[in-house]
Amino acid sequence: MTKNFTLILFCIIIGLWLASFLYQPKPINLHLEKLKQKYAVKPISGIDHSQLKELQREFKSPQEVTEACIACHNQRHKEIMNSSHWNWERLSYIEGRGIARSGKRNVINNYCIGSNTNEQVCAVCHIGFGMNNDHFDFDNARNVDCMVCHDNSEEYLKGSAMAGYPDRNVNLGKVAQSVGNPKKMNCGSCHFYGGGGNNVKHGDLEDALLDCSRETDVHMAANGMDMECVACHTAENHQMKGKLYSVSSDNYNRSTCESCHGNTPHFENLINGHTAKVSCQACHIPHYSKINATKTAWKWSTSGKLENGQAIHTEDSLGNHTYMSQKGSFTWERNIQPEYMWFNGTADHYLLGDSIKEVPVILNRLFGSHDEKQSKIIPVKIHRGDQIYDKKLMRLIQPKLWSAQKGDSAYWMDFDWNKASAAGMKSLGLEYSGEYGFIETEMYWPINHMVSKKEESVGCAECHTRENGRLQNLAGFYLPGRDRNKNLDFAGSFLLFFSIAGVVIHAAARMFHAYKKNKIESEIID
Amino acid sequence: MGKIYIYKNFERFWHWSQAILIIFLAITGFEVHGSYYIFGYEASVMFHRYASYALIILIVFAIFWHITTGEWKQYVPTTKKLKEQILFYTSGMFKGEQHPTNRTELSKLNPLQRIIYLSFKLILIPITIISGILYMFHKTIDANDNVIISDMNLESIASWHTLGGFLLMAFLIVHVYMTTTGKTLTSNIKSMITGYEEDESEKNERNNIIEEKHNE
Repeated sequence: MTKNFTLILFCIIIGLWLASFLYQPKPINLHLEKLKQKYAVKPISGIDHSQLKELQREFKSPQEVTEACIACHNQRHKEIMNSSHWNWERLSYIEGRGIARSGKRNVINNYCIGSNTNEQVCAVCHIGFGMNNDHFDFDNARNVDCMVCHDNSEEYLKGSAMAGYPDRNVNLGKVAQSVGNPKKMNCGSCHFYGGGGNNVKHGDLEDALLDCSRETDVHMAANGMDMECVACHTAENHQMKGKLYSVSSDNYNRSTCESCHGNTPHFENLINGHTAKVSCQACHIPHYSKINATKTAWKWSTSGKLENGQAIHTEDSLGNHTYMSQKGSFTWERNIQPEYMWFNGTADHYLLGDSIKEVPVILNRLFGSHDEKQSKIIPVKIHRGDQIYDKKLMRLIQPKLWSAQKGDSAYWMDFDWNKASAAGMKSLGLEYSGEYGFIETEMYWPINHMVSKKEESVGCAECHTRENGRLQNLAGFYLPGRDRNKNLDFAGSFLLFFSIAGVVIHAAARMFHAYKKNKIESEIID
Repeated sequence: MGKIYIYKNFERFWHWSQAILIIFLAITGFEVHGSYYIFGYEASVMFHRYASYALIILIVFAIFWHITTGEWKQYVPTTKKLKEQILFYTSGMFKGEQHPTNRTELSKLNPLQRIIYLSFKLILIPITIISGILYMFHKTIDANDNVIISDMNLESIASWHTLGGFLLMAFLIVHVYMTTTGKTLTSNIKSMITGYEEDESEKNERNNIIEEKHNE
């Protein structure tokens, strides 16, 4: 008895001792603390431009401001003129195409389609002055717009349809004296409003980020780290780190989570292992467009309905346009669960003049597959729509959309697709057959912003689940919990069934014989 | 009527811990496999992992015990009386026949058990544990914090592991049922708990004597 008691006591002590190894209080993530400390201290400019005599004057034109900038920063304009912000294109090696230039000058999208022949209005997002047609002089440093990125007074504003010139009411002197590092609003003035309104294009970049909570974006939150865009998108000689594959193609100079957080930022190595195949964004951005809606579909084919010769529009309950005569019908969504794709960091684009080989037409193909070492699963906003194409020549059409007046072939004024197509394609030097139709297109927008709090990141079972998981449609690899060898499962279930059936039959036979035997014995006794 | 000590302390500890661990691993494992929902995927993965560490440690001790005590000899397969044993389970026991073999300290397993348990130890457990270890280390992290993915195909590793799971469960079902084929329905389980078994040879001898007297 004493021996047993000692044994039990011994087992309990050993058990508790082992359990103490399993229990670990949640440790502080020192690496993250260090990062927070590093980014808590905001950079202070080494110079106060308002004290410079050269800037304490009146500027008659924005070019005069640029000249004043170049007078001191006498090499910076060269850096700018070598950037994609200025050139609207990049030279890169593209798989299947070779070395090619691609960018806003020659890609097409399924929002407002493209900038060609619409420069006057599209140049509101070009860092230059006077881009009103395809003859813009990309070598003239006077036309570099320093202020749109470096204004810290929140005074600067580009004029609507003014070819990139600032609004006439802007006090250029005040802007010039305020310049400093770009703030959220500098970047946001273009990147939030792409596609003609807040959050129309990206879905993860919108003006709610200017003052948001940690629930919306842990990095930019006003009650969080309050980081500026350029904290991650740093620049070396005005070459910004990071790019978006709606216009970019190469896997070079990207801005990544890993550059700060490392490859293995979690305490749990089981989760760290995921980083080989799953991007940080895939788990840490469970939803995008958290505050305002983004466009998820745009059907140009329904455009052109007029009432009494007048353009009309309809709105949804949130005030977003659902139909416009000029543009067609739109679908807006909020708080969207992204779709997921394999991505290796390179992309190809539909370039003006390419022939259509598939429907829907993929406007920016993201390359990648499970079997490629550098490919990861990324969250994507897919913008689906239809848009005008040349039925005979099988290529997408760049129509002329904008003009200040009627009778200039612009669709938004004249509502004549034939004229708009002819004018648009002519300016590109491309043939137009005269027969147009509307074809479905898709565009992929990798989601990188609106990182959620860690507690809200995607849970294991949202992907590791038999049905309706987030990665339901992603094929080509074995995902535990989702996938199984169906034949093996069938054979295994059959084996278990067979075992149970065998046991039951055997037991029944035993009982039957025991009953019979008892009966015979009782008869003998009788 | 005497009692003989068949199952040693460690043997019983090993048997029951292994039983609990395997059942627990099956419950969590088939949840990870996606067959049902009990603890939630995340918890099941964690439980499965810790239980697998425990099972591996236990089996290492068990192997050591089998070797050092010479108990491994119990599992050397034999064809002697194998046919009789199979016939007993398939027909003899219904007619009220006695077990064709007696359990003794030196030979506690019947010829059928020897073959089945030996395959359990040499085939079934290794398939499951080796595929499990390959599964566990399919992704590893090197000294430079790079995640290294094994070249082995995860699907085939997972399939072997699942196969092991199914076979172990089939073994479990039949094994548990077979415990009821002792002298009474629970006598085998009792001896696996206490370690003692009624001395069958003595009893059989007595039965034989009684039968002989009846015949006379």
